[in-house]
Amino acid sequence: MAFNYDQYLRLEKMPTLWCWGCGDGVVLKAFIRAVDKLEISQDDMCVVSGIGCSGRFSSYVDFNTVHTTHGRTVAYATGIKLANPSKHVVCVAGDGDALAIGGNHTIHGCRRNIDITMIVIQNFIYGLTNSQTSPTTPQGMWTVTQKAGNIDPTFDGCELAVASGASFVGRENVTAPKKLEKLFIQALEHKGFAYVEALSNCHINLGRKNKMLSAMENLDWIDEITIPVKKYNAMTPEEQLNLLPTGIIKQDTEVREYCDMYQDIIDVHQGKRGKITQDDFVKKI
Amino acid sequence: MATREVISTGNELSAIAAVDAGCTFFGGYPLTPSSEVMHVISDLLPKVGGTSIQMEDEIAGICCVIGAAMAGSRALTATSGPGMSLKAENLGLAQMADVPLVCVNVMRGGPSTGLPTRVSQGDIKQASNPSHGDYRSITLCAGNLAECYTETVRAFNLADRFMQPVIVLLDETIGHMHGKADLPTVEDVKAGIVPRKTFDGPAEEYFPYECGPTEPAVLNPMFEGYRYHYTGLHHDKNGFPTEEIETCRKLIQRLEDKVMAHQDEIELNEEFMCDDLTGADDEVLIIAYGSVSLAAKEAIRHLRADGIKAGLFRPITIWPSPAKRIAELTGKIKNVLCVELNIRQYTEEIERASSRLDLEGLYKVNGRAISPHEIVSKVKEVF
Repeated sequence: MAFNYDQYLRLEKMPTLWCWGCGDGVVLKAFIRAVDKLEISQDDMCVVSGIGCSGRFSSYVDFNTVHTTHGRTVAYATGIKLANPSKHVVCVAGDGDALAIGGNHTIHGCRRNIDITMIVIQNFIYGLTNSQTSPTTPQGMWTVTQKAGNIDPTFDGCELAVASGASFVGRENVTAPKKLEKLFIQALEHKGFAYVEALSNCHINLGRKNKMLSAMENLDWIDEITIPVKKYNAMTPEEQLNLLPTGIIKQDTEVREYCDMYQDIIDVHQGKRGKITQDDFVKKI
Repeated sequence: MATREVISTGNELSAIAAVDAGCTFFGGYPLTPSSEVMHVISDLLPKVGGTSIQMEDEIAGICCVIGAAMAGSRALTATSGPGMSLKAENLGLAQMADVPLVCVNVMRGGPSTGLPTRVSQGDIKQASNPSHGDYRSITLCAGNLAECYTETVRAFNLADRFMQPVIVLLDETIGHMHGKADLPTVEDVKAGIVPRKTFDGPAEEYFPYECGPTEPAVLNPMFEGYRYHYTGLHHDKNGFPTEEIETCRKLIQRLEDKVMAHQDEIELNEEFMCDDLTGADDEVLIIAYGSVSLAAKEAIRHLRADGIKAGLFRPITIWPSPAKRIAELTGKIKNVLCVELNIRQYTEEIERASSRLDLEGLYKVNGRAISPHEIVSKVKEVF
């Protein structure tokens, strides 16, 4: 029997404002299926979104939901999570949110390893606002702010997340919704900061001037530039050059989660343990 | 009411007050001259099971505080001018979405990096509208050590009453002042806590933003079965984005009216040695606030010793301004001197309220305090 999404949707908000053929709906559905599989109560989850097409995600799903300012999802989510460590807190951000205006919060959310699942819907362009350059726009592509061709070097959010200390980093593609769902399940189950990139199409604002006029053409291109991480890791750097690995790129279950560590601070101040010293940490510098 | 005597600093008293008032969350970024608020509260909150976090920047500081407040906590941030500028956009979201929080701003010299360790009252105008758009700020200003405590407590209660950010202005002089303060007892503070309203009917009958035209939204804590939506966009009774003309108009009008219709609950002034001012031509009214009012009080004692009948009007609630009382006093007393550590920032509001353009002023913007002597000299010079 087909999965019934109704329980998790704010049906009165349908249809979404996303364009015909947009991949964001695939991300939304995969996320809902993941939450359902994990049997997480809707009351126990908060979904925090930013600005852009992905920003509307939070208004479509029936959880506790917050639509924040541009780029600040992780900062809002950090407050919600720290004040309610037992609850599930999920950020849904666009590539502009996560890697441009809010890059600093992404870095430090990863570094703290606070138990937040950050879903970045990465479509290589500023879609809602009509084709401005994103940090993830490939060099040489047309954007409305660089009509001569984008010269800005392209940013890999997963590499940033790994380098910043996220304990779970993964990427999937909306052409593989089952894999996306599985990745969301693994990210939600993971205790710690999970950075998950969902590559999505924007044939309207990326594709129209970059020879991908239809959703299918845009999705085919995403398929061409993605490769499972195992295969990717077996390649030479030259072969890896224009590819993005998919799957779980990093998972570290040993590193401590931030709310857990903050409990140590509470315990120190309440006289339940001695002061925290460098001896409490394996990695000291 | 029973009091207790403590020896402390303004910044420390503000932090202690927050915890006594039921604050369980602090988020911020170190910024001179406000940092001691975080230094103190980072020790106090874990003792009571609360959380204090030093975020990666000022913007994250306000955002995590708004997040914690949305989820139901009483939450505090503290900063100074440069941080206020950075927090402005998200303070606007808290205004738009009816999110209560307290933001302490210990004022230093500006604009820009300015004079980080020196006193100023340069953020008065900013406090009235830190963000873009229309709304009414509630801003309180401590004029002595004890008020660093009592105004922080009052700010939390006002924030929850009106469901919006409340700014508490200290200045560098008050924030770093070390001395004796008579405070209300913790028991009295706790007894005076007025928590935010909540809805306890069936979830399907809950419309968080369906409130009277002069009332705040009723926002239940998260994770308790009342699922709704927060947004910085114009929104409907459920909190969902809308562009419907009447809904948009009513929302922004409500942000104005929920404060202005209840100004009697918010306004607080001190009138020092004003009782015997009758309106005679040679009387002097000084208007000052914050640390400057301490110098003004001393100046008034000297002026009176010299035979000049002077009094002080001190707004403690800066915004919305006590326009009616200002009009009454300036309508009665001819000689009015405004004293500020900025260039006419509040004087312009006093001019508006009094409909007078002949007010005298003493202003200083070099990072140094105004002395009682300077005020005495100015009064003798201009009146």
